[in-house]
Amino acid sequence: MRTAERPRWRGLAAAGVVHGAALAVLGAFAWILGDLLVAGLGQVDWAFLTAPPQDAGRAGGVGPILASTGILLAICLVVAVPLGLGAAIFLAEFTPAEGRLGRLVRRSLDVLAGVPSIVFGLFGNVLFCKTLGLGFSLLSGGLTLACMALPLIIRTAEASLRAVPPGLRQSAVALGMSRTSVVRHLLLPAAAPGLLAGFVLGVGRALAETAALIFTSGYVDRLPESILDSGRALSVHIYDLSMNVPGGDHRAAASALVLVVALLAINGASALAMGRFGRRLGAR
Amino acid sequence: MSLRLEAVGLGLAYRGRAAFAGVDLAMEPGTLTAVVGPSGCGKTSFLACLNRLDELVPGAAVQGRVLLDGADVRGPAVDVVGLRRRVGMIFQRPTPFPLSIRRNLDLPLREHGVRDRAERAARAEAALRDVGLWAEVKDRLDRPALALSGGQQQRLCIARALALRPEVLLLDEPCSALDPLASGVVEDLVRDLGARFTRVVVTHNLAQARRIADQVAVFWVRDGVGRLVEVGPTAAIFEDPQDPDTAAYVRGIRG
Repeated sequence: MRTAERPRWRGLAAAGVVHGAALAVLGAFAWILGDLLVAGLGQVDWAFLTAPPQDAGRAGGVGPILASTGILLAICLVVAVPLGLGAAIFLAEFTPAEGRLGRLVRRSLDVLAGVPSIVFGLFGNVLFCKTLGLGFSLLSGGLTLACMALPLIIRTAEASLRAVPPGLRQSAVALGMSRTSVVRHLLLPAAAPGLLAGFVLGVGRALAETAALIFTSGYVDRLPESILDSGRALSVHIYDLSMNVPGGDHRAAASALVLVVALLAINGASALAMGRFGRRLGAR
Repeated sequence: MSLRLEAVGLGLAYRGRAAFAGVDLAMEPGTLTAVVGPSGCGKTSFLACLNRLDELVPGAAVQGRVLLDGADVRGPAVDVVGLRRRVGMIFQRPTPFPLSIRRNLDLPLREHGVRDRAERAARAEAALRDVGLWAEVKDRLDRPALALSGGQQQRLCIARALALRPEVLLLDEPCSALDPLASGVVEDLVRDLGARFTRVVVTHNLAQARRIADQVAVFWVRDGVGRLVEVGPTAAIFEDPQDPDTAAYVRGIRG
């Protein structure tokens, strides 16, 4: 029957589009990874990961750069996670969803999350490097990264706190529990998977950041001695090798491979942690 | 010890719209009052007023008084945390915390200042025995509460309230989200808690009200506002209702 055939044909077409889109995403990822593996894998070994760069990065390794990247990330997280969590708890628990203050803060955060990183870089340069006198330093860079990651962290954390079923709060209050202990003992654990996802997104953004760091933490490729020293992040290193250093492309590919593997490792570790946590809370 | 609870001229409005008004209802110590009536007549709102849970809803305004053992629960000297310990509440959907069974009972006890671990464990065990759950869960207290069945979850929630040694229990359709078997178990439990607690049960199930209640309060919507139209001993309400709406309701003609 014709009427029966047409929807069937349409269903197949729709399935084709959906599967095609999924394959395209997978394909793009595989291509990037494959490209990096072919170009970079041969160069990545322990010496590459630990040795300092030589000849502007054409030879040697990325040891000090990994150290700088780690310090930048640590500063970013130490500042952004407590601030972000606090702001999210305030937004989700202490302001009504449709209230004026909450709406204003939320909209500002959405705009901030979309601001190009170069703007954050210039802002960080003026505020942290010059006005606060921190100079080109890992501290300036980490604080700038925190500013960038904050909107992302706050919005995802708020969303996961709001996703906790209202019945949970209600029954906790009916048992005479105070607001602080409801947040501490019930909401934070229940929202933990979402919170973790937000932190991972924030870390990803920070780890991948280039433009904001050129203006704030600089690109000195020596091992930093303190957080007030300038230091070069991995992404800045890649940028420098591929744009400013003739003959640096192969080292750029190797560094990019290290960066991607680091991102994958962070993602994998958080997925593992979420799985553990989910089992402990026992949502079947 | 169970206490007398009394609503005097009690009413609640959300942003100026009355949900129910003018309710005078005395709940004697150790009795079970069933609150029945059609949907939207303010039964649940009434229950919420009794332990000040209405304060969770922005824009809710209460008139009248609720007297617990003669003292106004909204009085200036009343601490709301203590009030909610004394007046426990069970909701329609079981709401165990997403923690272990043990933590579910432990957390509220700790919150109410029971410092001694052994005492918390003893009170948790006694509460679990009260709801007939001890034999079923004693070997898996550290397992997630959410892995329990719906009926077990609801009994855990009742145990959680009992562990705080309340004097009054408010139950908002405690059986309606459960399957018939589990519903029967919870119903028997609520009845058999007996004179230790003054109980107020909101229910849609008239047969249930008839089985378990000492007194029945019938709510009805009059001019858009929930009113208490009739209250009396269970037998009187079902066999000799005075109000025409009540009569039609208990005979299954209306509501």
